Amino acid sequence: MNHVSRLAAGLLVAAAPLVQAQNADLGRNLAATCANCHGTDGYARGDSKPLAGVSAEKIVAAFADFKSGAMPATIMHQISKGYTDEQIKAIAAYFAAQPAKK
Amino acid sequence: MTHSSNLSRRRLLGAGLAAMTAAPLIGCANLGGGPSIGRVVIVGGGFGGATAARYLCLWGGNVDVTLVERNADFVSCPISNLVLGGHKQMSDITVSYAGLERMGVKRIQGDVVAIDPQAKEVRLADGRKLPYDRAIVSPGIDFMFDQVAGLATPAAQARFLHSWKAGAQTVALRRQLEAMPDGGVYALAIPKAPYRCPPGPYERACMVASYFKQYKPASKVLVLDANPEITSKKALFEKAFADHYKGILEYRANNELKQVDAATGIGKLEFDDVKADVFNVVPPQRAGDIARTAGLVNMNNRWVGVNWLTMESTAVPGIHVLGDATFSAPGMPKSGHMANQQAKVAAAAVIQLLKGQPVNATPVVMNTCYSFVTARDVIHVASVHQYDAGDKTFKTVPGSGGVSAAANQVEGRNALAWAANIWADMLAT
Repeated sequence: MNHVSRLAAGLLVAAAPLVQAQNADLGRNLAATCANCHGTDGYARGDSKPLAGVSAEKIVAAFADFKSGAMPATIMHQISKGYTDEQIKAIAAYFAAQPAKK
Repeated sequence: MTHSSNLSRRRLLGAGLAAMTAAPLIGCANLGGGPSIGRVVIVGGGFGGATAARYLCLWGGNVDVTLVERNADFVSCPISNLVLGGHKQMSDITVSYAGLERMGVKRIQGDVVAIDPQAKEVRLADGRKLPYDRAIVSPGIDFMFDQVAGLATPAAQARFLHSWKAGAQTVALRRQLEAMPDGGVYALAIPKAPYRCPPGPYERACMVASYFKQYKPASKVLVLDANPEITSKKALFEKAFADHYKGILEYRANNELKQVDAATGIGKLEFDDVKADVFNVVPPQRAGDIARTAGLVNMNNRWVGVNWLTMESTAVPGIHVLGDATFSAPGMPKSGHMANQQAKVAAAAVIQLLKGQPVNATPVVMNTCYSFVTARDVIHVASVHQYDAGDKTFKTVPGSGGVSAAANQVEGRNALAWAANIWADMLAT
C-alpha cells in the first residue's frame, strides 16, 4: 500500500460506521443466530431439526406455538420470546428460501 | 471519531479501492471471483475467530481471509469436561481446520507477537508481517497467575493445572485423576466472576464426581468457590449435587484460594489449608495476551471494550475483538456460543465496512450453554440479546431465556447435537 492509500484507509476506519435501520441482509443475519443448533443456513447435523427449505408459514407458526406454550419444548419456548414478530418473519423467509437439500 | 464528510469519504474510498484491485488474489477471493474487497487477518482460531473466517467467506464472497492460530487443530472447551469424566476422548473434541482451508481461508500456524494499527499489519514470531485492511482478534483468555500467591512459577503451574483451555491441560488433568488412588481428594478452585464459561466449573465437578462414583467411590470432590454462590444454573446444580453425588461432592461458597505451595500441594484459603491429591486451580482471567500487547485492553485493566454494532475495539480503530476477551454486555456470558454469535455480527459489519456500506443497526445475539450433570443428563441456560441503540449495548430481552425445568436426557442428546452443529458452523466441516 502506498503512503496516500494507507493514510486514506486509516482515516476511513476512524470514521464512525454508518448504520442502516433495515439492512438488506437482516434475515440472513438473524437466521445465523440459529445456526449453532440448527446448522449453517439451517442444514442441521445430528438430532437437531433442519430448517433449510421449511416453509415460512410453518416456521412462523412454530414460533407462535413455542411462545404460547402450545408446543412443548426443552428450550425453544424461552428462545422464541427473545425475537420480535418482524424478526421471526425475516428468519422464516430466509430459511424457506434455502433449498431443502444442499 | 467524527471524520465523515461526504467528500473526504468518497475520495478515501476511491483510493482504497484502487489499492485493493492491485492486490493479489488470495484467501476466499479465489472462490468468490472478481477483485478482492479487502484483506482481513484473523488472530485466533477458536469459537470467535474460526466463525469469523467462515462467515467472511460465506457472506463476503471475495474477501482475502487469513487465519493465524498457534495450534494445529481446534480443540473444544465445551464437551472437554466429559473427557475429564472419562465419557469422551480427546479425538471427540478435536476438529481440523481443513474445512476452512477448503473454503479458501489462508491458515497460518504461528504466534502473533504484535499488531501495528498504523502500518496495519499483524506481526508473527517468525518475522512475517501480514498486512490487513481490517483485523479481527479473538484471543480468548489468559490467566492472572499472580492473583494466587505461589502460582506464578512453572513448578506450581505444572502441579496445579487449570485445564481451562482445552488441549494438553485436559489430557494432563485426566492423567492426574486416573493416577489418583481411590480415597483421594480432587479439589477445584473457582475464581470470582467474570471468568470463561460460568457453568463450566460446576459441570466439571459433576463430571469428576461421576468418574469417582463409578471407579473410585471412596474419593471426594471438593469445590472451593470464590463466589458467594453457584454463578450459573444454581438450583439445578445443587439438585444434581444432592441427587447424584451426595457423600462424594462437597461445595463450599466464599472459599477463595489465596495461595498455593508447589512443594506440598497445599492450598491456603482465608481461614483453612486444603490438601488435595489432585488440585485443579482455575485462576482469575483477563483478555488473552495479544489483546494487551496490541493495546486493546481498556476496561478494568482486564478486558476489551467494543462497539457492539461492529465488534470494533473502542481503543484501536480497525481491530475487531471477539469472545471471552471482550468486556461483556449486561447478562452476556463469556461462552464459545456467544463468541460464535459475536463473530457473525463482526463478519457482517466488516464486509459492509470494506464495501463502504452501512452496517446492520439492529443486531441480535443469543446464547445457549448446556452442562452435563451426569454422562447423559443435561441442563441448559439460554438468553437472547437485542441491541439497544439508546444505551449502545446488547440487552437481554425481558421474559425470554431461562434454564431447564430439570436435568434430562433429551437435552443430553441436544447438547451433543449443539456441539456437532456449532463445530460444523465455525469450521465448515
